[in-house]
Amino acid sequence: MGGSILGNRVLRKEDPKFLTEGGKYVDDLLDEPLLANALHVTYARSTVAHGKINSIDVSEASQMDGIVAIFTGADLDLQQVPSAFNPMATRTLLATDKVRYVGEPVVAIVSETRSQGEDALDAIIIDYDVLPALIDLEKAMASDLHLYEACGSNVVFDTMVLGLPDNTGEAYFADCEVVVKGRFMNQRVAPCPLEVRGAAASWGENGRLTQWLSTQHAQGAVAPIAAANGVEEALIHVKTPDVGGGFGAKIGAYPEELLLGPIAKRVGKPVRWRETRSESMVALGHGRAQLQYVTIGGNRSGKVTHYQLWAIQDSGAWVDMGTILAPFMTRPMSSGVYDIPNIECRTTSVVTNTTPIVAYRGAGRPEATAAIERAMDMFAAKIGMDPAEVRRINLIPKFLEPHTTVVGQTYDVGDYETSLNKALEVSDYAGWREKQKAARARGDVKQLGIGVSIYVEITGGVGNGEAAKVEILDNGHALIYTGTSPHGQGHATAWAMLASEQTGIPMEKIDLVWGDTDLVPVGTGTMGSRSLQQGGNAVFAVSAELVNKAKAVAARLLEANEADIVLDKDSAAFHVAGTPALTKTWSELAQAEKSVGGALSHSDVIGVTGATFPFGAHVAIVEVDTETGKVTHLRHFACDDAGRVLNPLLLEGQIHGGVAQGTAQALLEEVVYDTDGNPTTSNLMDYAFISAAELPSIDVIHMETPTPLNLLGAKGIGESGTIGSTPAVQSAVIDAVSHLGVDHIDMPTTPQRVWEAIVAAN
Amino acid sequence: MLPAPFDYKRASSAAEAISLISEYGGDAKFLAGGHSLLPLMKLRLAAPSVLIDIARITDLSYIKDAGNHIAIGALTRHHDVEFSSVIKQHVPLLAHAAGYVGSPQVRHRGTIGGSIAHADPASDLPATTLALGATYVVQGPNGTREIAASNFYKGFLESDLAEDEMLTEIRVPKMQGAGWSFQKFNRRAQDWAIVGVAAWRRGTESGVALVNMDSTPVLATGVSAALASGSSIVEASQLAAEQANPSGDNNASAEYRKHLSKVLVRRALETASA
Repeated sequence: MGGSILGNRVLRKEDPKFLTEGGKYVDDLLDEPLLANALHVTYARSTVAHGKINSIDVSEASQMDGIVAIFTGADLDLQQVPSAFNPMATRTLLATDKVRYVGEPVVAIVSETRSQGEDALDAIIIDYDVLPALIDLEKAMASDLHLYEACGSNVVFDTMVLGLPDNTGEAYFADCEVVVKGRFMNQRVAPCPLEVRGAAASWGENGRLTQWLSTQHAQGAVAPIAAANGVEEALIHVKTPDVGGGFGAKIGAYPEELLLGPIAKRVGKPVRWRETRSESMVALGHGRAQLQYVTIGGNRSGKVTHYQLWAIQDSGAWVDMGTILAPFMTRPMSSGVYDIPNIECRTTSVVTNTTPIVAYRGAGRPEATAAIERAMDMFAAKIGMDPAEVRRINLIPKFLEPHTTVVGQTYDVGDYETSLNKALEVSDYAGWREKQKAARARGDVKQLGIGVSIYVEITGGVGNGEAAKVEILDNGHALIYTGTSPHGQGHATAWAMLASEQTGIPMEKIDLVWGDTDLVPVGTGTMGSRSLQQGGNAVFAVSAELVNKAKAVAARLLEANEADIVLDKDSAAFHVAGTPALTKTWSELAQAEKSVGGALSHSDVIGVTGATFPFGAHVAIVEVDTETGKVTHLRHFACDDAGRVLNPLLLEGQIHGGVAQGTAQALLEEVVYDTDGNPTTSNLMDYAFISAAELPSIDVIHMETPTPLNLLGAKGIGESGTIGSTPAVQSAVIDAVSHLGVDHIDMPTTPQRVWEAIVAAN
Repeated sequence: MLPAPFDYKRASSAAEAISLISEYGGDAKFLAGGHSLLPLMKLRLAAPSVLIDIARITDLSYIKDAGNHIAIGALTRHHDVEFSSVIKQHVPLLAHAAGYVGSPQVRHRGTIGGSIAHADPASDLPATTLALGATYVVQGPNGTREIAASNFYKGFLESDLAEDEMLTEIRVPKMQGAGWSFQKFNRRAQDWAIVGVAAWRRGTESGVALVNMDSTPVLATGVSAALASGSSIVEASQLAAEQANPSGDNNASAEYRKHLSKVLVRRALETASA
């Protein structure tokens, strides 16, 4: 028997298609019969950040060429929908009385062609009573003007409401020899999937709505779509074509998508919608946007004893997912990898007149890591100790049984010091420190900076398991149905590896079905780095059970005892132990089952018992031009422990992409509004989306500490790169100019900010 | 992200293009590589009613050694300028700067004439040809005229070109072995310059022009005058922003731009003098 396929660098099954014919995204569904003669929907959006709608005049637009219908919220009789996270905040899917951010949809235009819809935009006149725009978080928190009057405040969520105590302030640090304070802005960023949002909707003669969505979670969209259309969930069929990235922003269904069914019903034809990049930059949810007040205290030997964090989360203009990331993701991870005996963490979520904040790659955990890592650096600088050494002193020692931190979060397994040691050794940390010392002594214009971060995060925290079904076709091929929703991760490859491992069926004969709620009615989608440890785990378990089922069929056909049947994985055939000449192939078994009216398949929902906590250490090396402030990211070393690795190639792809996005936050990206709430970064020229040219070669350092929480020993890797890299890179930039007196620079560390910090320190 | 409706005409010669633009007047725009105009149209910041496509006028794509200068047809692509052995030999600063325009895809579509006629102060080639003392040849209904680069740029996206005129040729004096440097400061490789400097130096003579430091490209004559009168590079570079009035944006405040211009001019002159 050959060796296991698991753990091998198996090339992606998906790639030949994407590299040749290309993906087929929502907007490419041109030959879909249900979308024949589909009309186009274009949304007119608010051009003011905050205002009361006086009137909407569509009379001129409705006379234009190709305009089929124009709907306001009143025309569609839209009702107030409460937020899932604060029921006092309500909105209508199209703004009817009030607009709360630039980009909020107000009017839906239905046209024969897309360009006719865009032409009509200019002719729609919306008259507003403009209200002051609340853009600054702390001003919004203090303001008497409330985005949602019924909330009585712009604070829409607070850990104190959960019964958690307020931070106690400076008194908390009375016993500390050293206390350092910081105010860090973990800035607002835009997820920027390469495929913007798109959707289409078509009512069938059977009264069912088929809705195509560019989504991370088709099954999760069924209930809100059913509610928006006022029908039973059984009448909703969601289909997911190829999806060109989501990063968390495509988890939930948006108003523009939910309205397509009602609009299609009103016009009596299928409709399609695809946003432009400029729309996507203001109407797809944003990420991060957390202001952090941090105090850290300890003794001069480097032991940190007290840590206090107040995270003020910008929710944007809607109480969306972003609201609850601070209390339920940032707060539990506030201790990071450290054994800190005293921690206080309050979080406060605030609505502002900006694009709503949603989950974005890391979703609350990167913010926690950035805060504690920056605090550790400042503490190290204050006591004059190497930042890697201060970290080492405070690490939670290696544990292979669950460990609970002082904030009450239980981590599964951890070996943080080994990850730190590996990262320091492979990166030649000591050597870089020597080079840095020499460059400083020479007074070079270009100075080296070295940044270290160690992180632990939560993966697989969403969902308690996943559905899988494996079906054998007449020709012996296998079809896997999964409740996960790949959009770049490589599930077709990974799930085929897992099924092949159990069944012996070669990978090229295994295909994957996902994102179609008729074919896969149960599923939790792809988010929170859950897919392998829940979805893959389910495929692995279900495949094993299918082999047992197949053995029973083979036993019947071979007239043998089931216990004597063995599967020869090399030939993908079953035989009676000791008589390998007489075999039954998967194809023969499938046909035999079919002939008696059955099918050779197995389906189950496989539970898992809890989240896993992957960890790692990153070292970033940067060069800073001290005359201009420009940062060049020279090297990046990432040691990420995601438990047992199924496919190192897929793992490295996730780390590379994660490091790219994490570096982008540290160096380049920031969504900016002017004081009136106008976005000034609403295209990829003004928004500094990172490219390969700004990135170094990334050194991936492997480390595997398996988790006991699933069959595969796997933890999530989708977000780790983002979480570990951002603080390392930010730290490296500050480190490069620390000898000039700079102790902090907020992200993104733009050339101007770096230059200003140097000037201010002089 | 779709442009407003427009009519499309294709010209097969400069004369035909000028005849068409005379017919349609101010509502018409020439379309060459499209890399400046089409994004503006897609964002609906520009809405010409007629586009006159001049990209296929192949006899305006050339690079010729014309004795004391190099003549470049207005429809020559950036890529061809970047890799021309004639330009690399006689005007290496221009070949080098052309390699900094956008990305390879942009350089295969965009044209030197389009970039100059668009008169964007943030573009690389207007300032570079300004530093090199280029002359632009324009053709109108009544024939051709020559405009010195130093008289061409009139304001933000405004030039001395009349509505019915078309830029046909760029004449760049040979550099005669002058030292040179092009400094492009940006955050991402593909971006426009936050500040850029094109500079050459030969004995007491020099040319220094600034990218994105005002509503037009800026010829820093004060720097050249200081060098000619014996100032050091460090001293002269302090004058870099004297003739500039930069504005602030998300990438850089006016003050930071001024600072950058001094650093980059100094570096450019150090390289050009090496």
